[in-house]
Amino acid sequence: MTAPQNIDMLNQILSTLQFQSQALTLRSARQTVLASNIANTDTPGYKARDFALPEALAKATGLPTRSLQPLPAGTGQDALTMSTTSLSAARASAATTVPAARLQVSDARHLPGKAGAQLYASNERLQYRRPDQASMDGNTVELDRERANFADNALHYEAALRFINGSVRTNLSAIKGE
Amino acid sequence: MSLMKILSVSSSAVMAESQRLNVVASNLANADSVAGPDGQPYKARQVVFQTQTGVPAGQAGVRVSNLVEDQTPAKRDYDPTHPLADAEGYVTQSNVNVVEEMVNMMSASRSYQNNVEVMNTAQQLMVKTLQLGQ
Repeated sequence: MTAPQNIDMLNQILSTLQFQSQALTLRSARQTVLASNIANTDTPGYKARDFALPEALAKATGLPTRSLQPLPAGTGQDALTMSTTSLSAARASAATTVPAARLQVSDARHLPGKAGAQLYASNERLQYRRPDQASMDGNTVELDRERANFADNALHYEAALRFINGSVRTNLSAIKGE
Repeated sequence: MSLMKILSVSSSAVMAESQRLNVVASNLANADSVAGPDGQPYKARQVVFQTQTGVPAGQAGVRVSNLVEDQTPAKRDYDPTHPLADAEGYVTQSNVNVVEEMVNMMSASRSYQNNVEVMNTAQQLMVKTLQLGQ
């Protein structure tokens, strides 16, 4: 086989692994954010943080979030892109997070500043959770929502671990020739 | 690995909540006392929580920043025969509100349990991650 074919084959084998490992990194970062929210349930004035993981994952990997494998060019790519856009639009309208405010500058030479805290694993900015109920001490952490998100995130983390394991085992058996 | 941070975040919350429970226990124990070692009536104490500073947002735990005394005026009972009655015959009780302390205790123990669960889940995920590929 020629060298470009070798590289294509290697890329195809590794693509699932790369996608899932990026998902794993982002999931563990989100786990920390949710744990920090749960730890601060009783702190007066604390604002709950979170970030939109599917968008962060799509940005980090450059792939539409609904697919596990990159589609070969020309096979319904447009339909997939359209459905991803409408899905993220629907998700955005039901979003529970509000992006952090950006600094408006009046002159091009002004420093723009950093909008919101930067996430540990990527350049994604942490957003603020929109609370369902007001609270007397200014704390926006709602324990039921945070716990549900925490459990959901842990499940996705474990799913990513399983996918990585499966992909590793498949590749190993392919290399061994079983 | 960012999952390691969860252990320090949740353990900080567990320590803060246990301090809060200690203060509740001290308040409840002294709910009926009329004089402390300094001769003054017992004033209920409360912990003040604060997010850990110097840590990036999203990885911040909690710490007890202050222990304040409750400044609500204490109840005064008229009992001139009491050995600790003042010149007008009033005995000042402690200003502990038992109902508030019980609610505090329930809230603190719920938060404690939640944070312990968070630590357990994070620890299980880390163990599974360490077994990746095996």
